[in-house]
Amino acid sequence: MKTRLAVVGAGIVGTACALKLQEEGSQVTLIDATSPGCGVTAAGMGHLVALDETDQELDLCLLSLRLWNDFFKEFPGTGEVSQCGTLWVAENEAQLLEAQHRAARMNSHHWQAEALSGQQVQKLEPALRPGLAGGVRVFGDSVVYPPKIAHFMAQLLIKRGGKLLTGKRVTDITTSSLIFEDGSKFNTDLIIVAAGLDVARLLPGIAVFGRKGHLAITDRYPGRLSHQIVSMDYGQAAVTADALAVAANVQPRASGQWLIGSCRQDQQTDTSIDTNALGAVLQSAMKLLPCLADMQVIRAWAGMRPASPDGRPIIGPHPEIPGVWLAAGHEGLGVTTAMATASLLADQIAGRPCAIDHQHYLPERLFPSLNLKYA
Amino acid sequence: MPEYDTSIAKIWINGHSFEASDDMTVAAALMCHDSMGTRLSMSGQTRFAVCGMGVCQECRVRINGQPHRLACQEYCRSGMVIQTETAGGTP
Repeated sequence: MKTRLAVVGAGIVGTACALKLQEEGSQVTLIDATSPGCGVTAAGMGHLVALDETDQELDLCLLSLRLWNDFFKEFPGTGEVSQCGTLWVAENEAQLLEAQHRAARMNSHHWQAEALSGQQVQKLEPALRPGLAGGVRVFGDSVVYPPKIAHFMAQLLIKRGGKLLTGKRVTDITTSSLIFEDGSKFNTDLIIVAAGLDVARLLPGIAVFGRKGHLAITDRYPGRLSHQIVSMDYGQAAVTADALAVAANVQPRASGQWLIGSCRQDQQTDTSIDTNALGAVLQSAMKLLPCLADMQVIRAWAGMRPASPDGRPIIGPHPEIPGVWLAAGHEGLGVTTAMATASLLADQIAGRPCAIDHQHYLPERLFPSLNLKYA
Repeated sequence: MPEYDTSIAKIWINGHSFEASDDMTVAAALMCHDSMGTRLSMSGQTRFAVCGMGVCQECRVRINGQPHRLACQEYCRSGMVIQTETAGGTP
């Protein structure tokens, strides 16, 4: 008999896991409180990007980006994918040095990158302001529209014999069963919890919290920008007293629209627009791309990234509830790392060695009392 | 009821002349002219003003050569040239 496996949460991470485990031979049921790709997945930018804050982060990103490449080879054009590359922009000599290191690091991992002078950056993207120190162009990064991919993968799951349950909110998770809001019970052998911000409510002890971000999108201006432009400040930006960190991040959409971010804000409880935060995001983008001042922004919104306490995604078995697995806490990198997450979980569930070091992401690190037992 | 002074505003809608009044928004003039289309969606569907108050962004047209203007937020003025994407112009 096939293993029955339920995936809670049909965001991009949950759908990727569901598809992978169905392929591995489980009988998968994918469950969502609303419908595929409608939560965190719909609020973000959809940048498939190699980040290299740590070696482990780069390994996870590159494993995932290569799996995404395979996916798009099989399903070309899904989710409006465009391999536009990322142009990291350095505004001063210190950032330029870091950009050169980044280029070397990416190349040593066989992810093509090229360090650029200020003039080369200007030539590559004429909309950038003059006088930049330089940057690094990463060729293999892409842009996608994540909710479309989640929707596509959910439909593919059904085609391959899996099940999709929408409009079903899970309120309780135990070994081998889920309880829905209406009180009904769902029996299963294994459970993967990929419920974004709901993880902390469903599984106390997995302290995933919301890290707020603001985005704005312009009208269509085709041909003005060809790479996703990110400030070298990204991930390094100083946090102000009101806990707001801002770094310019501008994405050209296939439609010619510009999607503009980004900021991070903690201790926020809702997704209403904070005009100070949104203003700071637009200001930082305009500082790099002055023509934005004359462009029409048509919508703005805020969303919550599901962040883990130590900034690393939570991938692996729940240390206290047998049969429950986690794919959570990806913060702003869930779209990029969804495929690697699915791969790491599938390998662990099958008892195979993982493609990269999986221990860095195990949920047990969030349970210090357990670690003491083994100390 | 106070009387408002309005004057005629002769405008161009996709190359056709139209007599509007200067208390009329461009969106209203488009309706009176039976041009119930402003822009095209990504999949090519016709769009028109929905909210009428500058929020929905569906009524974007080109006014006097300027792209991305909101038809519901602009009053008609004599000599105005309006081009809609639905009539083959660029937005």
